[in-house]
Amino acid sequence: MKDEFFANLDLAELYQATYETFYMTILSLIGTFIIGILLGLLLYLTAKDGIWQNKVINWIVAAFVNIFRAIPFIILILLLFPFTNFLIGTVRGPNAALPALIIGAAPFYARLVEIGLKEVDKGVVEAAKAMGAKTSTIIFKVLLPESMPALVSGITVTAIALIGYTAMAGVIGAGGLGNYAYYFGFQRRAFDIVFVCSVAIIVIVFIFQFIGDYIANKLDKR
Amino acid sequence: MYTDVFLFACRKAFFNGYFLTEEASDVIKIDSLTKEFSIGEKKLTAVNDLSLEIQSGEIFGIIGYSGAGKSTFIRLLNRLETPSSGSVTIGDKQITTLSKKDLRNARQDIGMIFQHFNLLWSRTVQDNIAFPLEIAGVGKSERQKRVQELVDLVGLTGREKAYPSQLSGGQKQRVGIARALANRPNVLLCDEATSALDPETTNSILDLLVSINKKLGLTIVMITHEMHVIRKICDRVAVMEKGSIVEQGDVLEVFSHPKMPVTKKFVKQVMGDTDEDEAEMNQLFQNENNRNVLRLHFIGETTNQALISQLAKKFDIDLNILQGKITQTQRGAYGTLFVQLIGDQHEIDKAVQYIDEQTSVEMEVVENER
Repeated sequence: MKDEFFANLDLAELYQATYETFYMTILSLIGTFIIGILLGLLLYLTAKDGIWQNKVINWIVAAFVNIFRAIPFIILILLLFPFTNFLIGTVRGPNAALPALIIGAAPFYARLVEIGLKEVDKGVVEAAKAMGAKTSTIIFKVLLPESMPALVSGITVTAIALIGYTAMAGVIGAGGLGNYAYYFGFQRRAFDIVFVCSVAIIVIVFIFQFIGDYIANKLDKR
Repeated sequence: MYTDVFLFACRKAFFNGYFLTEEASDVIKIDSLTKEFSIGEKKLTAVNDLSLEIQSGEIFGIIGYSGAGKSTFIRLLNRLETPSSGSVTIGDKQITTLSKKDLRNARQDIGMIFQHFNLLWSRTVQDNIAFPLEIAGVGKSERQKRVQELVDLVGLTGREKAYPSQLSGGQKQRVGIARALANRPNVLLCDEATSALDPETTNSILDLLVSINKKLGLTIVMITHEMHVIRKICDRVAVMEKGSIVEQGDVLEVFSHPKMPVTKKFVKQVMGDTDEDEAEMNQLFQNENNRNVLRLHFIGETTNQALISQLAKKFDIDLNILQGKITQTQRGAYGTLFVQLIGDQHEIDKAVQYIDEQTSVEMEVVENER
């Protein structure tokens, strides 16, 4: 049956492409999670009536986030070519996609983090202050744990956007399922490959969504 | 007298876990405290040149309608709000001039409970109570021991592993109280602590606060808009209006002789409308053949609460209770009773004389103008 309907498909290549997609998604997700939370915290803490209320820093971070969120991802990759080249030493392959993926997704996630933090009950923060908590204690023992379900569902949404980004990055040489579908499928008129790659990506998206929902539900004791 | 003070100090020191040589050291002194907010161009004075002294070991209530500035006031005490001017001294620490680090340490000695409990939903009951101990840097084994003591103290034994969402409002406030007491504070600030609870739960929480006050010798400052709360547990009360204290004193004193209109309104909350009642009563006495009606005024009665039965036993008369309301405060009973004495006029006169001379109940013969 495989030879009949999927004559062009090479399972080893499909496996390699799927692995690369996972590799790019997971590594960029880790980077996005860390940088996104840092930026989101900065946005939240420096906002008006925040613990570190600071108009200038808030304006700078907000501007950075807005600018990088505004640039379409495919253009962002091209724009970041010199930076990637400097950082990774090449502009091809899964590793070269990481800086662009992280810089593309982190600002988006930062906004989700900010929204999540704003949902934390102000009274609980006040109670922690009344107990004599330091700002670091408030961040790590109140703000982050209390917003964790929102942070997890936010990173799930971001992960799915990132899977889409890896496919786009694949088209300009980053590897992964996007790369496989475009070069080996579309350009060689092997539509069976395009089809199989689509299915593989859908399955990956479902896996991420399922894991994200499961963790967010588990964490939520409200 | 001195022994009493000394014993009290010892008890306090024992419960606080260390020895206080100066008993008077944890009085709260508030001196011309002012807090202004600016909303755009407008300036709003939430607390206006407020001075107050709160004694060690007492339950001090501050009552006022919403917008009176009491919420801001209680937040100025532990500097959750920074005052515009004036000073707050708790014990030997001047809260208003402390550095950030010293303020954090000082706050560990000031417990606070809130209207909406403000528990961390992500933590269990025991972890919520352990939170202030974590902040204070208490070691794990000692923390567990202390948490168990507190859980038992507030009556939540068996619910240690529950999450706040699984608790009722009253239980949540108990967690709040346990959390506030974790670091053995000298002062407990209550921010409308019972306003989100139903009347029955309110009473159980108030009872808990009184027992803690007695057991630990803790000074409690509470703000509320419910006179019922003041009546039930406070020793002294201050009435706040437009950022200032318009009247203050012993709860009974304020109850029996309210001066300001706002205070009278609050007293009405608990006692009903006494002016109206009296007018009604006078009407009744004039219309019917009612004689020998007395108005008995109980103010802080603890010895003469059984007055009615005493009269019936001592004198050959019948007593007919016409109308009245007696309520209990921390300093004894308070209220007014209208009674009619029936029987031989000679016996009645003796009874009246007895009330007047032998008891501390204030009495007034209601004149029959017929």
